[in-house]
Amino acid sequence: MTKIIRYVFYDLLRTRFVTAYTLFLWLITFALFQLDNDGGKVAVSLLNIVLMVVPMVSVVFTTIHFFNSYEFIELMLAQPLARRSIFLSEYLAVASSLCLAFLVGVGLPALVFSLGMVGMTLILTGVLLTCVFTSLAFLASVVTQDKARAIGIALLFWFFFSLIFDGLLLWVVYTFSDYPLEKVTLALIALNPVDLARIVLLLQMDISALMGYTGAFYQDFFGSSMGMIFSIAVLLLWAILPLAAALTRFLKKDL
Amino acid sequence: MLSLSNVNKSFGKLAVLKDVSLTFEAGKSYALIGPNGSGKTTLIKSVLGMVLPNTGVISVNGKDIKGDDQYRKWIGYMPQIGRYPDNLTIGQLIDMMKNIRAEVTDVDEELIDAFKLYKLYGKPMRTLSGGTRQKVSAALAFLFKAPILILDEPTAGLDPISSELLKEKILNEKRKGKLVIITSHILSDLDELATDLVYLFEGQVQYSNLVEVLKQETGESRLSKAIATMIKQKELLHSIAP
Repeated sequence: MTKIIRYVFYDLLRTRFVTAYTLFLWLITFALFQLDNDGGKVAVSLLNIVLMVVPMVSVVFTTIHFFNSYEFIELMLAQPLARRSIFLSEYLAVASSLCLAFLVGVGLPALVFSLGMVGMTLILTGVLLTCVFTSLAFLASVVTQDKARAIGIALLFWFFFSLIFDGLLLWVVYTFSDYPLEKVTLALIALNPVDLARIVLLLQMDISALMGYTGAFYQDFFGSSMGMIFSIAVLLLWAILPLAAALTRFLKKDL
Repeated sequence: MLSLSNVNKSFGKLAVLKDVSLTFEAGKSYALIGPNGSGKTTLIKSVLGMVLPNTGVISVNGKDIKGDDQYRKWIGYMPQIGRYPDNLTIGQLIDMMKNIRAEVTDVDEELIDAFKLYKLYGKPMRTLSGGTRQKVSAALAFLFKAPILILDEPTAGLDPISSELLKEKILNEKRKGKLVIITSHILSDLDELATDLVYLFEGQVQYSNLVEVLKQETGESRLSKAIATMIKQKELLHSIAP
């Protein structure tokens, strides 16, 4: 399995996309630090990148890579190797190279300019979101034979979690605003990895006071170590469950 | 050595393999023929575990292949269209395959030498012509000295000299007691290579016997004529008693 991971990893490095992505993240982070000396403001700007760009790049790159390495997968399938290890190797190689790109691109500058606790949370959520959306993209890639459709489904995941879900959530909150909704919204937020990451980050930035009573409630929950463990666990679930579904599908797939 | 019993496979509503039962024995070479879309490649892919049959059992050396992956070390496979990672060069591809099958230390590089592939080791796979790709596929299929060789259209796209080299190699391996399964539309090649014939039509095995027997039955001395006569006879029988 380590051998397959190594070959997929080499292949990924050779496409230069990962390098370009690293440079892009690094340039943006660096530029933001140059523009502003206030670490807090930089963190808020980075937050948007982490929440929008990272998931999008993860889904698109993963789906394209999966279909481009179809030949490789076919070649490996004719060898005495289990489908499970071929698939998991693909996932581990893609997820780790994207995570590495993020760590070098955003993590290193953030550490150099010492963002502290906020920086650490930023890096952690960025890495987790990369894993989550790589998983979702793998799921999109195995449910269909068609590359264009797979990219469509993958982008739909991104679009849904980045935009549509928030709209639905607002609608729910607005419609049922006469009722105490704190716990319900808390549960609903767990259904969206992007929202979860956003709230964890915002609370770290200590601007929860802007969010009123609900903010105080979240601060109480997410600010505690229990809340932190809860959100990390839910994000991990968001990475594992789609991957498990994709693996089950892949094991039964005709290639 | 390799057997299929009552294998069925359908893609959606389209039944590609219908109740296929076959036995392949070591030391023989089988020609698997049939029109386009008759299920030859699906049958081969089922044996390799790339396509999973709906029902039926495929066994290699007496063991059911379902859920197994180690049995594939007995099989050398040459695909119809060799598709390889674009970024790799020929040398890197061969090294990678050797590395992945590191347990096999005794490799057969006869075809790599015969096709002079080492001269092209630095060439990326994406720049290769169809014929060179085919040579790489052939070299890889024989590389690990697998006792079962499955060759999907091995000589298609090869120049006459390379084609002869490959046929020579196939015959040599058969003489060593290996099981060879070949699909091809070039019947003159099969005449030289095959001892047995399996004719597949619309997913069903229509004929399975020794090539010699077929020639006797039809009274033809050439395989191509014999097959044509056999197909005509089948059609005639079918029109009388459908």
